[in-house]
Amino acid sequence: MLAIEVKNLTKKFNGLKAVNNISFQVNEGEIFGLLGPNGAGKTTTIKMLTTLTKPDEGEAKVWDFNILKQKNEVRNSIGIVFQEPALDNHLTGEENLDFHARLYGLNKETREKRIKEVLELVELHDKADVLVKNYSGGMQRRLEIARGLMHYPKVLFLDEPTLGLDAQTRRRIWEYILRLNKKEKTTIVLTTHYMEEADYLCQRIAIIDFGKIVVLDTPANLKNILGGDVVSIEVTSSQKAFPVFQKISWVKKINQHNGTIDLNCEQGEKKIPLLMKIDQKNLGFEIKSVNLRKPTLEDVFLRFTGKTIREREVSQTEKNKIAMRRRFQR
Amino acid sequence: MKANNLQVIYVMWLREMKRFLRAKSRIIGSLAMPFFFLLAMGMGFNSGFNLPGVPQGTNYLDFLVPGIIGMTMLFSSMFAGLSVLWDKEFGFLKEIMVAPVSRLVIVLGRIAGGLTTALIQGILIFIISLFLGFKVVNLFGIILALLFMALIGVGFIGFGVAVASKMEDTQGFSLIMQFIVFPTFLLSGAFFPVTNFPSWMRPLAYLDPLTYGVDGLRASLIGFSQFSPILDLSLLLIFSLVMVILGSWFFSKTEV
Repeated sequence: MLAIEVKNLTKKFNGLKAVNNISFQVNEGEIFGLLGPNGAGKTTTIKMLTTLTKPDEGEAKVWDFNILKQKNEVRNSIGIVFQEPALDNHLTGEENLDFHARLYGLNKETREKRIKEVLELVELHDKADVLVKNYSGGMQRRLEIARGLMHYPKVLFLDEPTLGLDAQTRRRIWEYILRLNKKEKTTIVLTTHYMEEADYLCQRIAIIDFGKIVVLDTPANLKNILGGDVVSIEVTSSQKAFPVFQKISWVKKINQHNGTIDLNCEQGEKKIPLLMKIDQKNLGFEIKSVNLRKPTLEDVFLRFTGKTIREREVSQTEKNKIAMRRRFQR
Repeated sequence: MKANNLQVIYVMWLREMKRFLRAKSRIIGSLAMPFFFLLAMGMGFNSGFNLPGVPQGTNYLDFLVPGIIGMTMLFSSMFAGLSVLWDKEFGFLKEIMVAPVSRLVIVLGRIAGGLTTALIQGILIFIISLFLGFKVVNLFGIILALLFMALIGVGFIGFGVAVASKMEDTQGFSLIMQFIVFPTFLLSGAFFPVTNFPSWMRPLAYLDPLTYGVDGLRASLIGFSQFSPILDLSLLLIFSLVMVILGSWFFSKTEV
């Protein structure tokens, strides 16, 4: 069964298309990632799927319920962890969970059992009676994940689940996410702009940029599109070296820039010794350094958008600032 | 489904109670202003002073107390209604908005919580005024006064929710206080009878729902009023009903 089915979804803000005609499907039990820079339209997509914002065009189904016509059924089937904290700081951790459980109509017995379960899952059971304002950022995020699970949702949305957390806490949260996907069979949709997070957690990834999905596949397939590893070779004379490397049978693609030659190939670590056997002196060049790079999602992003995610974020921020200014001037 | 709605109203109420009781400074702060008004004005104008439009021999403190109770209800109810804004600012509103619960039920829950806190404050001011020498006519009057307090509360909480739903952040909060809440209070005849206003101002006073709240409170507590208590009661009923509908309507339209 499909957990989520999105067809031609579009959302405009001040004439700007924040989400531009996107379509995708999420399978039941999957961890699906929306990867893209800030402002690419990830959060807006999540907001539409969770009934918080109305799409301008297109339609979507969550757990087979229409997000426009069956809002309450959708809301009942999903759990959400928002990008910004959404806890009541003046209540304790347990009170926040109890509030949630009652909103979703759980009975007393289920409430008590479930609060214990989810607190244990995120290892917060010893902090249950502490006011949330005394929690650290990481603890708050864990409590929110626990809360998102309270009512046994079919699909859990995580909007930038590790934003602003330190490396250690981030690792722990990744483990919780994997655990709940396995133990509770919860389908998970997460947004992130951290490449390694998407790579580590997601079974399939949609790369989203300027409101459009540019490519969608498994992390392994995405990296394969780039044609395997990249061996970068710095040589004394690239004019002489280039034709030599070009003739090598295992080289799938060759590029040169600033005296460096990039070779695309499989299993680059085994090809470096072969390069060393080339009779450099007779051919009139010398290899100065060799660098092996395994492709990352960053390279995939670069390939499909023409920019690194960081560069794109800067330009997005600029664009948003201009849009904001325009809004205030009116 | 019905039982769940009650549970939602209950938990919204419970949350408000916990927050209220944990914020001691908020309780003291909200009582300070009405208390100082009672002390400074109620004690300042001694009993020999006679206000035009008020029966001879009426003590000014007795005249003032219903007005100050009305004011306490107005301020604490508006605060409760506008607290939607704080939930918006701190993100908690999203948690409420994604829940599979009708928006009307959420607003009713907020009214239940806000009304309880407002009534607690109003009753505390009433008790304080007894110590300052306020004389009540009879027990039935107190029950009737509670009814008027509740109607003022429901109406202004609904109004607060409606206003807060239309606002983006807490920036406009003080604007609302200066340009809506204070005029509402000053025009209500809390300090002196509305008949003492110049004729151009009187229509404004008659448009102010709090005028009928204060008048009704005066009728029930000291047995003096300018309108018939039945008129006060009916107008307040309509006002609070309209505000609940308006509040739920605007609230259901909010996007977070």
